[in-house]
Amino acid sequence: MGHRTPLYNEHVRHGAKIVDFAGWDMPLHYGSQLEEHRQVRTDAGMFDVSHMTVSDVSGARTLDFLRHMFANDAARLDAGKALYTCMLNERGGVIDDLIVYRLNEQRYRLITNAATRDKDLAWLRDHASAFGVTLDAHKDYALIAVQGPRARDKVHAVLKDEATRAVVAGLGAFRSAQAGAVFFSRTGYTGEDGYEILLPAAQAPAFWESLHAAGVRPIGLGARDTLRLEAGMALYGSDMDETVSPLECGLAWTVAWNPPERDFIGRAALEAQRAQPPRKMIGLVLREGGILRGHQQVYAGDRFVGEITSGSFSPFLQCSVALARVSGDTAGDCAVDVRGRRLPARVVTPPFVRHGKSCIDEV
Amino acid sequence: MSEIPAELKYTKTHEWVEDEGDGTVKVGITDHAQDLLGDMVFVELPEVGSAVNAGQECAVVESVKAASDVYSPVAGEVVEINELLADHPDLVNKDPYGEGWIMRIQLDSPDGANLLDAEDYSAVLAEEEE
Repeated sequence: MGHRTPLYNEHVRHGAKIVDFAGWDMPLHYGSQLEEHRQVRTDAGMFDVSHMTVSDVSGARTLDFLRHMFANDAARLDAGKALYTCMLNERGGVIDDLIVYRLNEQRYRLITNAATRDKDLAWLRDHASAFGVTLDAHKDYALIAVQGPRARDKVHAVLKDEATRAVVAGLGAFRSAQAGAVFFSRTGYTGEDGYEILLPAAQAPAFWESLHAAGVRPIGLGARDTLRLEAGMALYGSDMDETVSPLECGLAWTVAWNPPERDFIGRAALEAQRAQPPRKMIGLVLREGGILRGHQQVYAGDRFVGEITSGSFSPFLQCSVALARVSGDTAGDCAVDVRGRRLPARVVTPPFVRHGKSCIDEV
Repeated sequence: MSEIPAELKYTKTHEWVEDEGDGTVKVGITDHAQDLLGDMVFVELPEVGSAVNAGQECAVVESVKAASDVYSPVAGEVVEINELLADHPDLVNKDPYGEGWIMRIQLDSPDGANLLDAEDYSAVLAEEEE
């Protein structure tokens, strides 16, 4: 038996197929992954992401610490604002990707991945003492993502307290707010609008059931993966790891180069490859003939240029799509070795789907 | 619990075989197999006329989650494929023993196949559960 989130019993009750994910017993789907995917693109679905790591950093020099630790610049944050960033090693490789929330001047919240929990916390703690800051990993919480075009309305409908509802409904994109014991942020991992809601474990089952009663369907990790893939969002451990820089996995936009004197870990390594990153991330679309999968080899003409890092069937586009990491000088369309057959694939710039619409031009 | 019709034969690799009574058999994947794989999104079918050996990979079923080989339960020649699956791979999920059949094979020999009956196949699944 793995770790169980405070919502484990709800998953079982709603018919989840439970699988191991990074040592956690998590729902893969509740019947049909394709149906759950569609639900999020067209209506509203909820994900239990309580396995993710939540920790708070506090102390007088917290901002200095974060500006040293992360490739994106936490100084860009005003109160309540969230920032997506990578945490790099000295070689510019990605230790993890995370969201940083500014709670107040001396307290910031980090949401990092589940599978990387131990190494993330160790790395952060190793550097925290030099800045005199404290890192507190949360315990006994649940994290629920509610996503889809009707997600916000449905969340508002279950918030009984009028003041809370007003605060939450007023949140702009990538904004967060604490309302009593519950922390709301307008963020997500699906390419749709919605919230991620952090709440005490004891309140989680009742809140989950109230969302269910409001018509929000539970969604498993399977659909979470196809939704984020369509949205062109990188997955740690598949699309990047400690041997890959953010410039090589489509995350150059998360690197804050200015001000040039900000000395974040990994900066020198990134500067060295800035003009011409050795590898780059591309999107691939395969109209017919098979399904693109991780580790399939990608060719430009006869030249091997790299491999697929995430691939699956896109339920929205009704064909296969993938993210691939290829040599930086790759140009033009590619072919992929799909189970022994070399199939031509279109090269596109992700995302594939955002806000319920295709981002791919029809040819 | 998955469905295991008593009148069919099975393999340990989760194919089913239906004797058509004319020297041919119909082949598909079991309810258990489709349930494990999840929503089907692509089926790669063999070519009609191709010769297959028992235990040979001859088709691929791909769900959102993963690709899985289908092994021929018998030796013979593929004489018909279920072309509906090209546009409707979900038939394998919805009706694995009916409209979700994969191919029909002309047997090389009428009694050559070493297959499991429903009871044996249930025992295989029970073992996998453990």
